[in-house]
Amino acid sequence: MSVLDRAWTVPEQVALRPEAFGALAYHFGTRRLSFLKSPELFAAVRNLEHHPTARDACLAAGVDERRLAAYERALGTLAETGMISERETAAR
Amino acid sequence: MKLVEHFEAGLDAPICLTWELTYACNLACVHCLSSSGRRDPHELTTPECKSLIDELRRMQVFYVNIGGGEPTVRRDFWELLHYAVAHDVGVKFSTNGSRITPAVAAQLASTDYVDVQISLDGATAGVNDAVRGPGSYATALRAMGHLAQAGMDGFKLSVVVTRENVAQLDEFKAIADAHRAQLRLTRLRPAGRGADVWDRLHPTAVQQLELYQWLLAHGGDVLTGDSFFHLGAYGDALPGLGMCGAGRVVCLIDPIGDVYACPFAIHEQFRAGNVRGGGFEAVWRGSELFAALRGPQSAGACSSCGQYDACRGGCMAAKFFTGLPLDGPDPECVLGHGEASLELVDQAAPLPKPSPDHSRQRPSRACDESPLTVIAG
Repeated sequence: MSVLDRAWTVPEQVALRPEAFGALAYHFGTRRLSFLKSPELFAAVRNLEHHPTARDACLAAGVDERRLAAYERALGTLAETGMISERETAAR
Repeated sequence: MKLVEHFEAGLDAPICLTWELTYACNLACVHCLSSSGRRDPHELTTPECKSLIDELRRMQVFYVNIGGGEPTVRRDFWELLHYAVAHDVGVKFSTNGSRITPAVAAQLASTDYVDVQISLDGATAGVNDAVRGPGSYATALRAMGHLAQAGMDGFKLSVVVTRENVAQLDEFKAIADAHRAQLRLTRLRPAGRGADVWDRLHPTAVQQLELYQWLLAHGGDVLTGDSFFHLGAYGDALPGLGMCGAGRVVCLIDPIGDVYACPFAIHEQFRAGNVRGGGFEAVWRGSELFAALRGPQSAGACSSCGQYDACRGGCMAAKFFTGLPLDGPDPECVLGHGEASLELVDQAAPLPKPSPDHSRQRPSRACDESPLTVIAG
């Protein structure tokens, strides 16, 4: 199942800092720093826990449907590096 | 706008903040960037340090690189370290290892959000101790042993690359691997006492190429703090941002609260302000110096060079302390333009000296003189 069809959240160990280009994401456990290179990606990540799927979070953040593939890749990378983690339950 | 262009225009808060906690040091390394030795009587107090940490938390500076001097000689070092990590400001601190006992290592290993960086500038005692002082190799290796024993996996082994140790890169990597540590290589800068030894210790042109090839081969496993971006002009970019972050995404806070554009530029010309009074954020956002660094930069003599986009003129501090114009080539420009420019530097004009010098006074000649004179026959 695609990253976009699953439910995600930002773990407690991860902090997001807004910047003009989007945001910095920092994982206190792995000390890894990532750059979210668009304000829409930042908004989508911040919204993840409020939506049943990442796709919904992206669309709610104003991501153009035709650009969803790029966001799928970006979220996939964030998932691989532990910046976002899958959650079981429905939207909180 | 590309990400690097955002970085060049400056961020709301630094990504990489170095905080030298004290100028006091129990070593006297010949290349010390901060000319450390004696404690400055006007060091930030414990409450001032804590209020700075509070401010860093508000600005979401996720972690600080703490150094010195030797930061662990500050009596409140552990108190400040625990205060920072309890307030969501991670700490990586640099140490010569002299205070990393087995008990300290165990405590560090059990503390989240703390990372340690042991400084070592030779893979053998001979090479290291010539730069860092007698016994410093054994001290560093002992500390690394304690950290490995405590399970502090992934701590850093930090090496300043010099003419004397550049042939030992594989040995450094082996030492790091044997301790489950990560190797970090940084560039020698002619800053602080480094200016005194630059001519004899900075890597030769041939060594720079070897270093570049070694970094390309080991890029993923070795950290560099984006230190060697001037080598990008050889052709392939090295991992990292490939730009000078001074005052844009990087800065230094010194032990008395002075804010400098970067850790290698401790000089009045690069001082943006002080955290006492208005706080750090006011300096970061309001400094005229930082505003200028975040504005368009002139490539100067480098503008006709085809590699300018790769190296962006190199390191500001390296240029400044070798007497080169800031809008010209780096003294270690891999195309040789730096050496050509250095020949044009007015030899009669004194080179800029680091503004605060906390080096312990070397005994004067008169005091050092033997009361006995022997004339060999």
